[in-house]
Amino acid sequence: MKEIIKPVNEQEAIEMLHRYNEDLLPQKFGMAGKLWVTILCLVIAIGLYNYFWQLKLGLTVTGLSDTVSWGIYISNFVFFVAVSLVGSLITAILNLLNVSWRAPITRISEIIAVSGIMFAGLIIIVDMGRPDRILNMFLHGRIQSPIVWDVIVVMTYMTISLLFLIFPLLPGIAFCRDRMTNIPKWQHKMYKILSFGWTNKKAQYEIVVKAIKILSVLIIPVALSIHTVTSWLFATTYRPGWDSTNFGAYFVAGAFMVGAAAVIAGMFIIRKFYNRYDEYITDKHFDRMGRMLVLLSFVYLYFTVNEYFIPGYKMKGDEGEHLKELFVGHYAPMFWMVQIFGMIIPILVLLFPKGRKPVPIFIMAVFVIIGAWFKRYLIVIPTMLHPFLPLQQIPEASKHYSATFAEWSITGASLAGALLVITLFIRYFPIISIWELAEERGVPHDTIYEHLNEKE
Amino acid sequence: MSQKSEDLEKKDDSASGRRKFLKLGILTAGLTIAGGGLQKVLSDEKDPEPKESGTKIKVMTPDGKLVEVDSTHIKEHDHCGASRDESRQGIPGKKYVMVIDLSRCKNALKCQKSCQKHHFLPEQDKWLKVYKMQDNEEASPYWMPKPCLHCDKPPCVKVCPVDATFKRSDGLVLIDNERCIGCRFCMAACPYSTRTFNWDEPKQPDNRACNEYSPETSNPRKKGTVEKCDFCPDMLKLGKLPHCVTACPNGVYYFGDANEDSVCNGDETVRFRQLLKDKAGYRYMEALGTEPSVYYLPASNRLFPFKDAEPEGEEKHS
Repeated sequence: MKEIIKPVNEQEAIEMLHRYNEDLLPQKFGMAGKLWVTILCLVIAIGLYNYFWQLKLGLTVTGLSDTVSWGIYISNFVFFVAVSLVGSLITAILNLLNVSWRAPITRISEIIAVSGIMFAGLIIIVDMGRPDRILNMFLHGRIQSPIVWDVIVVMTYMTISLLFLIFPLLPGIAFCRDRMTNIPKWQHKMYKILSFGWTNKKAQYEIVVKAIKILSVLIIPVALSIHTVTSWLFATTYRPGWDSTNFGAYFVAGAFMVGAAAVIAGMFIIRKFYNRYDEYITDKHFDRMGRMLVLLSFVYLYFTVNEYFIPGYKMKGDEGEHLKELFVGHYAPMFWMVQIFGMIIPILVLLFPKGRKPVPIFIMAVFVIIGAWFKRYLIVIPTMLHPFLPLQQIPEASKHYSATFAEWSITGASLAGALLVITLFIRYFPIISIWELAEERGVPHDTIYEHLNEKE
Repeated sequence: MSQKSEDLEKKDDSASGRRKFLKLGILTAGLTIAGGGLQKVLSDEKDPEPKESGTKIKVMTPDGKLVEVDSTHIKEHDHCGASRDESRQGIPGKKYVMVIDLSRCKNALKCQKSCQKHHFLPEQDKWLKVYKMQDNEEASPYWMPKPCLHCDKPPCVKVCPVDATFKRSDGLVLIDNERCIGCRFCMAACPYSTRTFNWDEPKQPDNRACNEYSPETSNPRKKGTVEKCDFCPDMLKLGKLPHCVTACPNGVYYFGDANEDSVCNGDETVRFRQLLKDKAGYRYMEALGTEPSVYYLPASNRLFPFKDAEPEGEEKHS
């Protein structure tokens, strides 16, 4: 692995640019990549087949009932919103703080954000009893409903995230358009359309840099509000376990943590399967992201303690019964697994420099991601099983909840879909922003504008 | 050559003729519509009087007068509820309330059977439930019937994103099942487990009196939407009591109008506020601030000793 060396003169700077150009073009997938895409497509196909039946027969294909009327579709939605928050964290916050190692990982975080928020929007439609009436949201929308707030902030976030992805990507697409010659015609045409006539002019760069600055500021409050408002879908009800003023901060903290873990996983996989990327995504990046993940985990731990310890201290009526179910009851194994593997062990491992090497940190990131998914399961389902009135005079099936195969396959398809969007993006677009990387490593602006697009 | 040009001219002619005809047509149509509108305005928007047949029929007015009217004026009463828009208006001047006397309930479930029958509900969907309650280990158990509480500050209405569930001026909380998008936020928001959902296509009989949907009858039931106890507005409109009230053999349910200060359980009509005062009426989970329209009278001095039914679910202290 080479050390980052700053260029001393113009000639060296140009050579550096040329090397980036060679290394950072999208690369063709090998067997592993093709197999991965095939598996994802298969999972999506099974999910689509089951969704077709759900549309035909109704939500009766799910394990939902009048008691547990929100299930894994909703917890999966919360998970997607959580993961998508990371785009703002890495790109905007690090950008505003002028952190010097951010360039190689900003685009990874942005594509995770865009695909996460897209599938959050899709999976919430899957949960609707009457998706055919979705236009009613706009025809008869009522502003006092937290769902309407959520639709507004999610759509705003999706728009800003897309712009945030596309603006710095324009030079990259233009680069693919001009430099990748032996590619199919459609691919070339796609680059041509998506580069929006980019010609590497100084004036164009200036506009992009300015736009990124503005978006960096704009996206932070919107990103915080998507997950805060999502938490309010629960916190605005009276139910034990949801009736909490801690929920907004608790959700946002958890979202930052799982998002950082998702970026680490993405970094690891890209570095493993793309040649020469270890020169750009270095051990130092893993170390820094590891530190960040520990910090975010501590913040989440703090809110988790607030969320469970204080009501647990009082054990107030229905709330107490709900907590008993989590701490020592039916959901205790899942609850403690999530706390230990999804938070405690990652904190302990990542506290040490050896734990922040690529392989252990990748394993910890996967723990955090899986833990985060089940954490959201635990937020939604046990509360639904504990209404104020006793579970009487209802069918036996309404007293429990277990997701059906149809539900799992549709949920799985949404996760596979998000991964497929990220995968295809990596396959066809430069996943590291070349001009931002060059800028970060000290290549003067004028050299970038002049020489970015040329061959060695 | 000349023949050809003549032909062309003819074609041209006929084309312009067609255009002229079209123009004329549009003009005529426009005039007809305008004229029709004008006529309607001039005639003060009244339909023309139908010709009287001469046959007179005796009918009784709601205030008990016997009057004679021409047979052409008589339209068969529509059993369907009001249209979706009309259903949003409450019955003027009314504020419906219910008082449930827990000391009289012995879990006969006649109320529930009647409700299921009149709303064409299957076994698993119960709009009216009778819970076995026990406030603490020392207290004796009792039966608690629970319809929709028709709160004055309904959490379900607050969270509905599309105004599908709404509060009327007469106190009723109803659902427009043709607008509901099936997000089930109202089910999560309701603290009383009142709402049920049509998970699949509801099976319903064809021999209903009315096949046209109305929020006032909550029928025909719609797949993928939420439903609940509606206080039978179709009955209220006719000046009758809801089905559960009339079906109860023990006079548990009092129903009436808070503005008139009177409630009736089918046997006796009493002063609403006096009843609450005399028997220490309360509302379930008052602390939530939802202000239910349903009041309970405590299960003291019971008419029947508590006899346990087969356990319907785990017991829970409320």
